[in-house]
Formats: sequence, structure tokens, C-alpha cells
Amino acid sequence: MANAETFETICSLIAPINKKGIVVKPETTFAVDLELDSLTVMDLVAEIEDEFDIIMPLNLLPDLETVQQVTDAVEKILAEG
Amino acid sequence: MDLLDKFDATVALRESLPFEKADPFSVVMDELISETEAMIGGRRTILAGTNNYMGMTFNDEAIEAAKKALDDFGTGTTGSRVLNGTYGGHKALEATIADFYGMEHCMVFSTGYQANLGMISALGGKGDYVIIDADSHASIYDGCAMGNASIVRFKHNNVEQMERRLKRLPEDVGKLVVVEGMYSMLGDAAPLKELLEVAKKYGCMTLVDEAHSMGFCGENGRGIAEELGVEHLADFIVGTFSKSVGTVGGFAVSNHPKFDVLRFVSRPYIFTASLPPSVVASATASINAIKRGGNRRAHLWENARQLHGGLKEAGFKMCTETAESPIIAVHLPDPMMGTRFWEQLLMEGVYVNMAAPPATPAGMFLMRVSVCAQHTSEQVNEIIKRFRITAQKVGLELNI
Repeated sequence: MANAETFETICSLIAPINKKGIVVKPETTFAVDLELDSLTVMDLVAEIEDEFDIIMPLNLLPDLETVQQVTDAVEKILAEG
Repeated sequence: MDLLDKFDATVALRESLPFEKADPFSVVMDELISETEAMIGGRRTILAGTNNYMGMTFNDEAIEAAKKALDDFGTGTTGSRVLNGTYGGHKALEATIADFYGMEHCMVFSTGYQANLGMISALGGKGDYVIIDADSHASIYDGCAMGNASIVRFKHNNVEQMERRLKRLPEDVGKLVVVEGMYSMLGDAAPLKELLEVAKKYGCMTLVDEAHSMGFCGENGRGIAEELGVEHLADFIVGTFSKSVGTVGGFAVSNHPKFDVLRFVSRPYIFTASLPPSVVASATASINAIKRGGNRRAHLWENARQLHGGLKEAGFKMCTETAESPIIAVHLPDPMMGTRFWEQLLMEGVYVNMAAPPATPAGMFLMRVSVCAQHTSEQVNEIIKRFRITAQKVGLELNI
């Protein structure tokens, strides 16, 4: 996995809000598996933005359901940066 | 497939709350005794959750003006502002507000919600960025969703977080920073000077929503930007008639030379009927009264401080250290306690707002009290006393 490092970093940001302590995999979803409400997801996005020093517009969120999709989005923004 | 099935979780949540005698989402005011009292369920009730900050809903001049407009112009305009819905009164109201703010231009919308919707959706186009506070009102989020700009969100009232984001944005794009002067749930004020200065440093245009600060902040009651002397840093100020002004409607003011073009591109302005002449007349009279309302402002702040001090002394967990606004919010530990507290307080004859997620930040459960300039200090004492009695009856532990 080329973006393993990005994935790991995102997982570490998810850890504090992973209340049920489930194992986070690429296909893990935020709404269903992690049971995060939309406000918590938006706060997570802020953490990701600061960690990677990027901007993730809120408009992207509806298309990002899994941790893998977020990882890909982050990498894409970094590549365009 | 039943399209309403997706709301089953909402229905379940509502049904899980232990309301027995009343329900905060189905309160009916059968009779208004004054700005500060109503009959609810046959009980004389002190109104302490109506956003009627300046107590203008029964202002003599506003009522007289509305009655005259009804007689002279009828019950409604039956049309859009850009077709048949602009009467002399609408232009006079816009001139009154522009003069009140000392600005060149004003647009009046049919609600405060539409003012934010109409401004933000029109200003934030494709390729532009709109930068908003995380705790923004739904009308700001909806304005963002309706436009085509990219939306960037920063942590509530956090200047440093906002700056970090502005730094990452491209230099040569359109950028609009949207903030509120006062946040409606906790009643906390924005560090407007710092926010606007940073926004300007990064070449952003700025929009300040003074919905919950107009009327009582600043020497003339224009809002927090006036109070802090930073109105020159706001490109657009948005406000509402449904709080301090005591009726319904919204507005935006600006000195921008091209401002009037928004009348032709802002869909929430165009595709709805304009305000009825009576509403327009009472808003005009009310704003003129607010301008001269220094005494009311002073009494409102006294009430806010008295209520905040009294509840704090009683041991309630306050959401702000001091009274930053006429919105005094009390923290309750969980939905069950919140529900029982709200219900019992109503039985004691005090109406406040029960505020729960997602309307509140960070999953907070609040009793949101808003005081009115027309509350007497005896009424404020009565509210404090009934809060204490309610806490005792529902077994809420106080911090004494």
C-alpha cells in the first residue's frame, strides 16, 4: 500500500474518537462502523487538515465514506498542493 | 419504499425523552399578556426564551405604524421584490437601515434565514472559498450548501485556527469569511476585531451576522462590530428583524459600490414574496426606536447580569463566565435531566428554550434563557427563584 503512512496517521487521529475500539481497516466507514455523527466527522476533518497542513473543503465530505477514501483524498490534495 | 423511514431514528429519539406534561416542540402560546408573559396551557408564564431582546413586539409606535400600513396598503404584496413586491415602505425601510448603519446600501429579505442564504449563496461562486466558524447558524451552513464555493470550517471563535486555514488558501481566489457577532446557543461573543483583522490580512471579504447582537451591543445598538469599532472591516453586515426588532424579516448592508447587483442574482431574495407592508412599517418604527433606546439597552444588560449572577450564585453550571449577552445558557448533565428540568420549569411558570444537539455545540444539553429589556428586575428574581425550585424538584445537583 503506497499510502500506508497516510493511512496510519489518519488512524491515529481516529483513535481518540473510536469509542467502541473497533479495528480500523481501509474499508471501515465513519457513519456506520465508527458510528460518528456529522459534527464529529467535521471535527476529525479539522484534525486531518492541521496534521497534513492542507485544506479539505466540506463539499468533499459526502463522497468520503471510508477511511480509504479519506486517505486517497488527502494524498490527492497533497499531490496537487 | 417509504421515504419517511429514514427519520425513524429521529422519531425514536423524540419518543425516548420522558415528557409527561409538556413537550418543548409543541408549546402553544394561547394568549400574549405582554412582551414578557403569556398563557401557556392555562398557566400564566414568564417568557424567558423568546429572543425578544429589546421587547419591541408591543412597542406603541411599531403597532400604530403597522395598523396604518394595513389600512393603506393591505395585507400583503403578493409578489417578489424584483417584480410587484417593492412598495414605498420597503425602500423607506432600506433607507432607515442604511442610515442606522451609516452605510450606502441595504437589501431587505423576507426572513433573516434568507438574508444569510441569499448573501452567502450569491457571493460564494464556483472557485471561491467561504470560510466559516464551526458553530455557525444553520442559515450560514445552508447558504454554503446552496452556493458553489468550497467551504472551509474553523474551530469556534479560534483566530489562530482560522489564520492557519487562510494561509493554506491560494492567494488569487475569491475568499469570504463569515462570522457571527454573537452565537445564539451559548450567548458567547466573537473576538471580532482579531477575526476581521486576520481575514483582511489575507485579502478576504468579510460578512458579519449580527442577528443576536443588534439592538443592544454598541452605542447605537448596531451590534458587536460597532461596539468593538471594527465596522470598517466588515464588507457586509447581515441582521434580522425577528429578534430585537420584534417582527420578521432580514437585511444586509454594505458600502460596496456594486452591492445592488445582488438584487438580480440572489435567488432567496428574488424567488419569494416580499414582506407585508405592515411588517415593513413596524420594522421601520422599531429600528428608529432602537436607535433612541439607550435606556432599554442599559436595562437589558442589567437584567442579563442579574440573571447570570443569580443563577451562578445558586450553583448552576453556566456556559459563559460572565453575561456576554442577554442569552444566558445553563448546562445540564444529560438529556433525561434536561427534559425533566425544562418540563418542571414550565410547570413553575417559566418558559425557556431547551437546546439539544445538533443545534448545540459538542453535544451539549442546555436550558437557554434569553432576557428582555422589558423584564422587571422582580421578574428576573422570580426566574432565578423558580430555577432553584425546579432544581430541587427534579434532583439536579447544584454547585454550592
